[in-house]
Amino acid sequence: MLSLYSVRTILTVPENARRVYRSILKVSPTAADMLRRCYLTCLDEKEMHMYRFIRKLYSCGNSFLKNQADDAYHPIAKAIRHMNGELEKLRGFVRFSDYNGTLGAEIEPKNRVLPLLRSHFCNRYANESLFIYDRTHGDLLLYTKGRSQILQVDSWQKALPGEEEIYYRALWKKFYETIAIKERYNPRCQNTFLPKRYRHNMTEFLPLEHENPAAITQDLQTALPKSSS
Amino acid sequence: MDLLEKLEILSDAAKYDAACTSSGVRRSSQPGKIGNTSSSIAGCCHSFSADGRCITLLKVLMTNCCVYDCKYCVNRRSNDTRRTAFSPRELAELTIGFYRRNYIEGLFLSSGVLRNPDYTTELMVRSLRLLRHEYGFNGYIHAKAIPGTSPELVQQLGLLADRLSVNIELPSEAGLQMLAPDKTKQAILRPMGLIRDQAANNKRELVKYKHAPSFAPAGQSTQLIVGATQDTDRHILQLTQSLYDKYRLKRVFYSAYVPVVEHSLLPSLDTQPPLLREHRLYQADWLLRFYGFRAEELLNDQQPDFNPLIDPKCNWAIGHLEQFPVEIMQADYEMLLRVPGIGPVSARRIVSARRTTNLRFEDLKKLGVVLKRAQYFITCSGRVRSGLQFSAATIARQLEAIEQKQLPHSQIAQLSLFDSVG
Repeated sequence: MLSLYSVRTILTVPENARRVYRSILKVSPTAADMLRRCYLTCLDEKEMHMYRFIRKLYSCGNSFLKNQADDAYHPIAKAIRHMNGELEKLRGFVRFSDYNGTLGAEIEPKNRVLPLLRSHFCNRYANESLFIYDRTHGDLLLYTKGRSQILQVDSWQKALPGEEEIYYRALWKKFYETIAIKERYNPRCQNTFLPKRYRHNMTEFLPLEHENPAAITQDLQTALPKSSS
Repeated sequence: MDLLEKLEILSDAAKYDAACTSSGVRRSSQPGKIGNTSSSIAGCCHSFSADGRCITLLKVLMTNCCVYDCKYCVNRRSNDTRRTAFSPRELAELTIGFYRRNYIEGLFLSSGVLRNPDYTTELMVRSLRLLRHEYGFNGYIHAKAIPGTSPELVQQLGLLADRLSVNIELPSEAGLQMLAPDKTKQAILRPMGLIRDQAANNKRELVKYKHAPSFAPAGQSTQLIVGATQDTDRHILQLTQSLYDKYRLKRVFYSAYVPVVEHSLLPSLDTQPPLLREHRLYQADWLLRFYGFRAEELLNDQQPDFNPLIDPKCNWAIGHLEQFPVEIMQADYEMLLRVPGIGPVSARRIVSARRTTNLRFEDLKKLGVVLKRAQYFITCSGRVRSGLQFSAATIARQLEAIEQKQLPHSQIAQLSLFDSVG
């Protein structure tokens, strides 16, 4: 990158980074947590914001952390709030499919939320095996029997759903379409709460045929059981 | 009838129940069971339907067969419609199947009255027991208690569900007698009192015995229909206030009346649902629960209905200009909450930030204060916002202009409490 200023290369030294992190922890554990979260956000030039934040922490101590309006604190707090918002939405919007007993899902978040989603889903589905793929960042979360791991993957191919999976998708879509009150139809309100970018991975907005166009209706006929009481 | 058809009929019949929360219980996952409850204070919304309302739970009726004949209800006895019921196992399988796929946070189970309230409640208890014990479901369950159910069954229901509710529906006894004569006021209030007393007992027991079984830990709620009768907003709000005071409800829901039935005692079939009125009631309900207002402060004999042009908080502020302006650097938290444009979160931030710095108007915006509204009611270090010109007479008009931009042109729209302003 060409620049009018002289450029100096600084090598990453993990031990120095650990020393800095430990000293931040001593000044304020809250600030340390904020910095870790800020790194996962999609804030533009987040490294410079974090740098200014750390400099201020060293020079002024932790008093400015009470002031949301502070210039060093505000952009980081705002980015984290944006990420938390996406996180809360995703906790509800992630859709799993049952692939032979293993639950699998795909997400496309703006922030790198997979490490933060991990504890929620691994707790909720503690007895299951699951995976979540983050398409934006190439992360893959794997969980089974109390152990979880996040890997980086280069390529990703989704398996095709089985009969029972298609059956449950059909049931959910039917429920979703039925529960709306037509006299209160309001796409604008719906869009405020459920932006379109989340809908690419949500079962209720995808046509049943989207993964396996051939013979989906046939599968559905055979999958639906006759009346059972 | 196959499961898909049953689901369609029984969710279509349940959709007029507005309750959709999944918060109030923090239950972590347990070995051998599936699921936990949301630890967020606002619960977890899994989807939003085409009408803008949130979907958190599998909201269905156990059965839409009903021996009652409430005039406004699509499931009433005299209505010619297809009737069906879930078997307990069907319901449990459906709930678990949806829950595993993260479609829902839990189950919302209501029912038409099959034979009598006790018989129906027994069916519900059987289904919930299957779900909790055989399938090990540890997620959220909201169960409706049917008016007229005996105490022992309400007790059993409460030990299985996280939240219980009894729908009052009609805000006055006159309305009840006219439109739902099968349900008496006593039949409705009795289980509500039982639930309140049981929940209080349970809290005392839990203090003594850590592993005492929980009774409806997420509390109780109810629903009022808005627009089916002539009751004023004031009457509804006062009823809400006394329900919070006397029955210690967690929430009161309002459901704008959607005409599904032709009847001489009901509004005509082409009546538009009173969505703006419902929205104002929710705004007022928020003021009661989070802002320290009382119903008598918001509406009275001179003003028995909400001003459609402006929200209840601004309306109150304009009527009480002697309390303003409020000084940001000095006013206490309760007074800050009364300023239009300042909510609990921004008030807390103000109180925290002003300890270390002198706040200016630009800072307030960063703290989340909606200056467009608040600027008429506050001063920072004694000064009003620079460039602002107004008088007591013009404030109302200026606030109405802001509100006008938010309100949709047609009245048919789901309004959001959280629409951002500027």
